[in-house]
Amino acid sequence: MLDTVSVRADFPILAREENGKRLVYLDNAATSQKPRKVLDAIQHYYHFHNANVHRGAYTLAVEATEAYEAGRTAVAGFVNAWAREAVVFTRGTTESINLVASSWGRTNVQPGDRVVVTAMDHHSNIVPWQILCQEKGATLRMVEITEDGRIDLSDFGRALESKPKIVAFPYVSNSLGTVNPVAQLTRLAHAAGAVAVVDGAQAAPHLRVDVQAIDCDFFAFSGHKMLAPMGSGALIAKPALLEAMPPYHGGGEMIERVWDDHATWNKIPHKFEGGTPNVEAAVGLGAAIAYLEQLGMDRVAEHESALARVAIERLTQIEGVTIYGPRDHRAGVVPFTYGDIHPHDLATILDRDGVCIRAGHHCTQPLMRRLGVAATARASFYIYNDVDDIDALVSALRKAGELFGVPA
Amino acid sequence: MTDLGELYQQVILDHNRNPRNFRTVPGANRHAEGYNPLCGDRISLDVRVEDGVIQDVGFQGSGCAISKAAASLMTAAVHGKTTAEANELFRAFHAMLTGGPNAPGKLAAFAGVRAFPARVKCANLSWHALRAALEKIGEPVTTESPSD
Repeated sequence: MLDTVSVRADFPILAREENGKRLVYLDNAATSQKPRKVLDAIQHYYHFHNANVHRGAYTLAVEATEAYEAGRTAVAGFVNAWAREAVVFTRGTTESINLVASSWGRTNVQPGDRVVVTAMDHHSNIVPWQILCQEKGATLRMVEITEDGRIDLSDFGRALESKPKIVAFPYVSNSLGTVNPVAQLTRLAHAAGAVAVVDGAQAAPHLRVDVQAIDCDFFAFSGHKMLAPMGSGALIAKPALLEAMPPYHGGGEMIERVWDDHATWNKIPHKFEGGTPNVEAAVGLGAAIAYLEQLGMDRVAEHESALARVAIERLTQIEGVTIYGPRDHRAGVVPFTYGDIHPHDLATILDRDGVCIRAGHHCTQPLMRRLGVAATARASFYIYNDVDDIDALVSALRKAGELFGVPA
Repeated sequence: MTDLGELYQQVILDHNRNPRNFRTVPGANRHAEGYNPLCGDRISLDVRVEDGVIQDVGFQGSGCAISKAAASLMTAAVHGKTTAEANELFRAFHAMLTGGPNAPGKLAAFAGVRAFPARVKCANLSWHALRAALEKIGEPVTTESPSD
């Protein structure tokens, strides 16, 4: 386990109290808190180096460009990208997937084609493909999940028989915590002639990602779930694919030359970064990666798995609690329901004890329909959580049980 | 627990566990669907209005304790009332949730919701559905509508 006492000391917000109680933040799958090093890096950038990037001839602009590009180098190393040019900065996972759907998708998907997603995908890895399919007259096929919350590999195989153009799936499910065999899924997608799009939003913050080992074509993630600011994130893509793709946003920075009636495009990745970029996001993301790498991503993953195991064990001891998702191969995401108490009521009651959990459909309505629930409660862990936080969760849940008379 | 007790009063817990008028209404001539897209709460409301009087009202759906109890207590409160009286109760309930005086009768049980801004929409959902039903608005109402 990580030394959570020293980790917690790095996060100013964790010193805050809620209703006189210590803040127990268990909504990390939604967004993470930010350590002082990230906040300081952003402030330092604005205090000493702020200028627009990639165009100024003066020292300040050169420094700003270096700070921005250093963030790209950090991301490339963090996910073992094919090259620095494989990293396109975006506002996060959602924009990354929309970029792929809009640019690669519109160019390559024809009427009658298939696009495959899974029933455990987040809306951000479903809706962009629905929009693409509707526009192109293509068909979206959703792969089913098994009883214990994994991608149904036989249904996945059947979906590939239609020779889809795109196969998209999550590395880690935000609603179930399932860690999917992404390298295997990618191999199968490639064998069927498809490109593989991996939603890495719940993976990049929590485990060691190696996009070359996975061999996926596109990998999307968000910075804000991994200590970096809101609005930070990237799309990692095979450079040859990026070279062949048309731009996503037209504007400054993404062009090479502009004539009255047409323009030529800048080199990758700048071709996809029209307009003034979010430099502070890249700086903050670089600092976040440095922080995580100092802890070690293997230790981060181990810490969260251990917490998930303890949480599942303790929650199972409460009569009336149902836990969703697989028993093993899971990340630090623990979805549950408690008797007939609606998850929103649970979240309100837990909040009075300073315990922040998520309640609802978690942007996975197709999955919720398959689970047969309108909503679940979800506790999700990160590097600053410890067993005390699980104790706080359990004790607050028992209070909710008393208030609602569960089990009846 | 005092403030939680304010929110989850016994009458609310009771109506959550045993919602009144949790059924369809035979011969209903007004209907509305209510939906809270943020949390997935749903209500389907049936009303039978005759000569301007709510002769019968029932609801179905799923939601948190606050939304379910609010729907249950609403049906009890407006049963037998004229549509004008029901609209007046809607206004009184809405005013209470936004800081005004307590609504009449058992509806005052929801006064505690004021201290939980994230839950005001749960209490309001069924009332918005009722107003839509009485005004014969065809579109499902959502808690994200501008009328909020």
